[in-house]
This record gives sequence, structure tokens and C-alpha cells, in this order.
Amino acid sequence: MSGVDPGRVRESSRSRVRVVGGERAHVGLDRREVRVCVALGLVALVLGFVGLWAGDFPLTPGEVMGALVGPPFAVVEPIAYTVVVEWHLPRVVAALVFGASLAASGAIFQTVTRNPLASPDVMGLANGSFTGMLLGLVVLGGSWAGVMAAALAGGLLTAAAIYVLALRDGLRDFRFIVVGIGVSAFLAATNSWILLRLDVETALFASAWGAGTLNNATAGAVWPTAAVVVLLLLVLPTGAATLRQIELGDDLARATGVALDRHRLLLLLLAVALVSAVTTVAGPIAFVALAAPQIARRIVGSSGIPLGATLAVGAVLLLAADLVAQHVVPLTVPVGVVTVVIGGAYLTWLLRREMRTDR
Amino acid sequence: MTLDRPAPTRPPAVPATRLAAEGLTLRYDDRTVAEDLSVAVPDDRFTVILGPNACGKSTLLRALAGLLAPAQGRVLLDGAPLLSLSAKERARRLALLPQTMSAPEGITVQELVQRGRFAHQRVLRRHSESDRRAVADALEETQVADLANRRIDELSGGQRQRVWIAMTLAQDTPLVLLDEPTTFLDLPHQIEVLNVLHRLVARGRTVVAVLHDLNLAARYADHVVALRDGAVVATGSPRDTITAPLMREVFALDATVLPDPLTGAPMVVPADTRSGVPVS
Ligand SMILES: Nc1ncnc2c1ncn2[C@@H]1O[C@H](COP(=O)(O)OP(=O)(O)OP(=O)(O)O)[C@@H](O)[C@H]1O
Ligand SMILES: [Mg+2]
Repeated sequence: MSGVDPGRVRESSRSRVRVVGGERAHVGLDRREVRVCVALGLVALVLGFVGLWAGDFPLTPGEVMGALVGPPFAVVEPIAYTVVVEWHLPRVVAALVFGASLAASGAIFQTVTRNPLASPDVMGLANGSFTGMLLGLVVLGGSWAGVMAAALAGGLLTAAAIYVLALRDGLRDFRFIVVGIGVSAFLAATNSWILLRLDVETALFASAWGAGTLNNATAGAVWPTAAVVVLLLLVLPTGAATLRQIELGDDLARATGVALDRHRLLLLLLAVALVSAVTTVAGPIAFVALAAPQIARRIVGSSGIPLGATLAVGAVLLLAADLVAQHVVPLTVPVGVVTVVIGGAYLTWLLRREMRTDR
Repeated sequence: MTLDRPAPTRPPAVPATRLAAEGLTLRYDDRTVAEDLSVAVPDDRFTVILGPNACGKSTLLRALAGLLAPAQGRVLLDGAPLLSLSAKERARRLALLPQTMSAPEGITVQELVQRGRFAHQRVLRRHSESDRRAVADALEETQVADLANRRIDELSGGQRQRVWIAMTLAQDTPLVLLDEPTTFLDLPHQIEVLNVLHRLVARGRTVVAVLHDLNLAARYADHVVALRDGAVVATGSPRDTITAPLMREVFALDATVLPDPLTGAPMVVPADTRSGVPVS
């Protein structure tokens, strides 16, 4: 096992003041996490470039760069500009920002419930958004904004319902998850029932959205949503220290100074907001929220969930999945299908591993 | 040898109390653990809570630390209702080590002890110099400094227990409550931990601990609170509380209480109740 951070050990043997050697920024990242984030950043750059370049319209890498840096530095073909900046860029940004957002939301859910299997999609928020979206389609018909508002309301109402149902004399981790899974199953059944009642065309469209897709990631939809998500993510560091205390368990978190009930609610609200913002554009994309925090924890080798690395993993994961969905599989599938496959494989691997290392 | 300390400026009969419980009713869901329970914790003293399993010691401690809201009554800290303080303000004055803890998988000793500093840190602030010093002192005090970079899950039960105590000490509070801090420890380490707590008291901190070892309790306590079925049966010095009749009343334990040959504190020798052994 790779438990020991080599940097830390070196520093501790060099200096007599071992305690200072083991310093870890309270909000910042430790060195290993920084290295992981830098590496993932490079991967994201490469994948991002591929995302801007690849497509039906043939472009040279030079044309892509030219379209990006703009007129004073490069001659830009109008068509290249349209393809790269207006069509491809929003989708790449959406994949990165939404991936980070889902991952952050999963990190909060998993830390607050102290359960690696908790995530907004497992606990019914995704199905709730889909229910809202379907009801919106049926009741409001065509209006896209109305349908999205309905999806948002569906997710939020589901979150509120789970919270109220699970809340009895304080929030207990396990009941929260079990109630979530129950609500999720109920909503999934409701969704199938509504889908069967729609005409074929609407049902097909709705199913694609319900699987989670970036096909609707147009400039007009992505920029405002991405801005909201980035603002929400900026709040995250203020909760980082509290999340770390919550890992110690309810009693110790309280004893060391966490106003647990209030902060748990605020953190869950933040998580729900993060996932809802993404869902309005991309539908309920599964498994990123579930898998990214656990992947990040294993790459960094940290005790709790490392927030920075989690965001980076989420961003890379969703971008990679979207490239696969668009360009690798023969017919274009919703990205949610790819994340489910990746997530399912990952989960199986994780469970097998945990079972083997269980002493 | 007696546990001498500077003569208190107040008459010891009515010691000052920063922490007191008044008429507490403590309840989990609908199981009532205690009713109309009042306890005063004398300042700058080592208070030991004694009582049989399930009598409500941990429950009382959790209420005194503000982790369990009483159904009735109130806990006062420095004259103010405990629950009126913010969580951080409370945690800067009062620390609690619960009876059972679980550490995040793979966390190092250093990281864990640093988490005791939460209440002293502002949002978005790195560890300050005083944080570093408190952590270093706590590691040193509990003699786990050389384990600082080890992972908690690789430690022995006794080492782990001392690390948890270090985390509680790093919180650097005038009042320290510990629920069975000596479980898992061998006798020398129990004594070591109690000496740590004794030194804290000598330096002007108030310590409350739940202990099960009556003889160590008798040696180290300045003040004893004996509980049974959620009610205070006796309070006072070990000499007044650790007596044969009270042991029978509190623990239903037949025992002879002798003076400890080293310190003169009460020493409890349980009656021999093995079957077949003739009772003399
Ligand atoms: N979280 C809980 N929910 C419901 N009942 C509880 C809870 N914790 C404790 N109890 C009950 O409250 C009573 C007092 O428990 P408490 O933990 O305070 O005992 P204790 O004196 O600390 O015992 P021990 O010496 O075994 O630690 C017991 O009957 C116990 O079953
Ligand atoms: Mg107990």
C-alpha cells in the first residue's frame, strides 16, 4: 500500500521539528494532490484540444489554434471560428465544468453520509429531475425553458422529500441513503410509466435527455449555466475544513466545533444546487458524482476525499466520456450511457477490491 | 504523599464551577436515561464519573459537552446556557473525547491531531503558529510524537487511544471531558494517561473523566460523581464516596475498602465470589 507520502517523510527526517514538516494547508492541497491536479490538467488540455478539433468538419490543428487565439495573432477562417468556438468550445467547456460540478456534489454527499456509495444520482435526484422534465413535457408541451424549470423543480423537490423523510431526530447517514434509494426506485418506475404514455418522437427525445447528454450543450445554454456552476464551486473551499471534520463522525465533529445540523444542510444544499444546474442542460448524467471522489481518493492516496483532485477527475472523466460518446462508438450515444458503462466497470472493480482487502 | 497544590483562594467547600448541569432530563427517542439530574463540575479539579455500565455516564458527558440537547433543564457554561454558544465558541472552551471514535481510513497521526484545532481556525486560513505549537505539545504530552507520520490504522489500540487524547488536548480548552480515556491501555499506559490528565489539572485545567478502575479513580480524582440509573448517588472526595456501603449501592458490589498503602486513598478489594470458595 502506498500510504506514506514520500515528500512528507523526507521532510520529517530532515528537520527536527517534525510537526512543522507534516504541515498541510487547511484549505489548500497537499503536494501529492497538487501533482495529481497538474497531471489531470494536462490530460484535460489534450482531450480538450481533441474535442475542439474532432468532428465532421475537417480542420487542421493550426486552424483550431488560430480560431482560439483570435484575430490579432492569427488569420481566422470564419467557418473554422464557427465550428471551433461556437460549436465545439461550449461542449468541451460544458464537459469540463459539469464534470467538476457533478464530482464536487458527489464528494459532498459521500463525505456527509460517510458512505462511498452515496451520490446524487444513486439517491434519486437524477430520477427526480427526469420526472420533473417528463411532467414538464406533458403539461407544458414545447417550451424548453419551462421543461428545464420543471426538471430543476423535480430534482429539488426530490432532495427535499428525501431530507424530510430521512430526518427524524437528526439525520442518520444510513437511513438517508436507504430512503434515497427507495425514492429513486419509485421515481424510476414513474418515469417509465410516463414515457410509455408519450408519442414515440417525444419519448425518444426525452429518453436521450434522461440518459444524460451534451447534445444540448449549445453556447446559449452552456455559458450561463457554467457561470452559475463556477460561482457555486467558488463557495466550496469555505466548506472544505468542515467536511474534513465531518469525516470524524457526528460526535467528534460537534465536539471539535462544527455546527453540524446547519452545516450539513448547507453543504447538501450546495451539492444539490451543483447537480441541478448541470441537469438542466445535460440531463441526469450518471456515475460521475459517484465515481470521481473515490477515484481521486485512490490516486492521491489521501485519507478523506481530496476536493481539488475530485474536481479534476470529474472534469477529465466527463470530457473523456463525451469524446468516446461522440467519436469512438459507431453511432452517437448520449454521454450518460458511456459514463454508466465506465462507472459500472469501476464500481465492480472497486467492490471486488474492497472485498479482497477486507480482513 | 498527598496531591498537594497551592491553597485555593476560595473556601474549598464551595468551589467555583464554570460547568454545571441543572435539572437535566436526558432522553434518546423515548428512552429516558436521566431525570432531574444536577451536577456541578468543580474548576481546576480532576472529576471522575463512576457508575455501572449503562447507568448514563456517557449520556451525561455528551449533555455536558453540548452534544445532546436535554429534554428538560440546562447546562451552564460560564453562566450562559451551553446551547446558546456557537459551536466553535463552545469548542474553544470545552473539549470532549467520546467513548468510541472512528478515524477516516488511512489518516496519519499528525493529520488527526491537527483536526482538534478546527475551532481555533478561521475559514480559509492555514495552520497558524499557535496551531502548530498546540499540536506539537499534544503529541509530546501523550508521547506519540514519534508516531506523527504513521497511519492510525497501523497503530496498536493503546497507541491509538493516546493519539485520540492528543487530538483532544490539541483543542487546547480550559475544560476537558474524556469518556473512558484509559480503555485499551495496559496498566502502565493507564497510569501514564492519568498522569497526563493530572498534569493538566495541575496547570489549571478542569478535567472530567469517566473511569472504570475504582482504585485508579480513588488515587487520581479530586472529586467523584457516582451515578446509578441516571441519578447521582454520591458526590465528594474519593474518601467520602469510595466506601464499602456506596460501592454496594452504586455497583451492587460487595467489597472491602482499605487504605492504599502508598497514598492512603481508598482501595477497593472486591469480595471473592467464586463459587465453591468458602467465604471466610
Ligand atoms: N444513541 C442511543 N440511542 C438510544 N439509547 C441509547 C443511546 N446511547 C445510549 N443509550 C442508552 O442509554 C442508557 C445509558 O447509556 P450510556 O452510554 O450513557 O451508559 P454508560 O454509563 O456510558 O455505560 P458504559 O459504562 O457501558 O459506557 C443505556 O441504557 C443505553 O442503552
Ligand atoms: Mg459510556
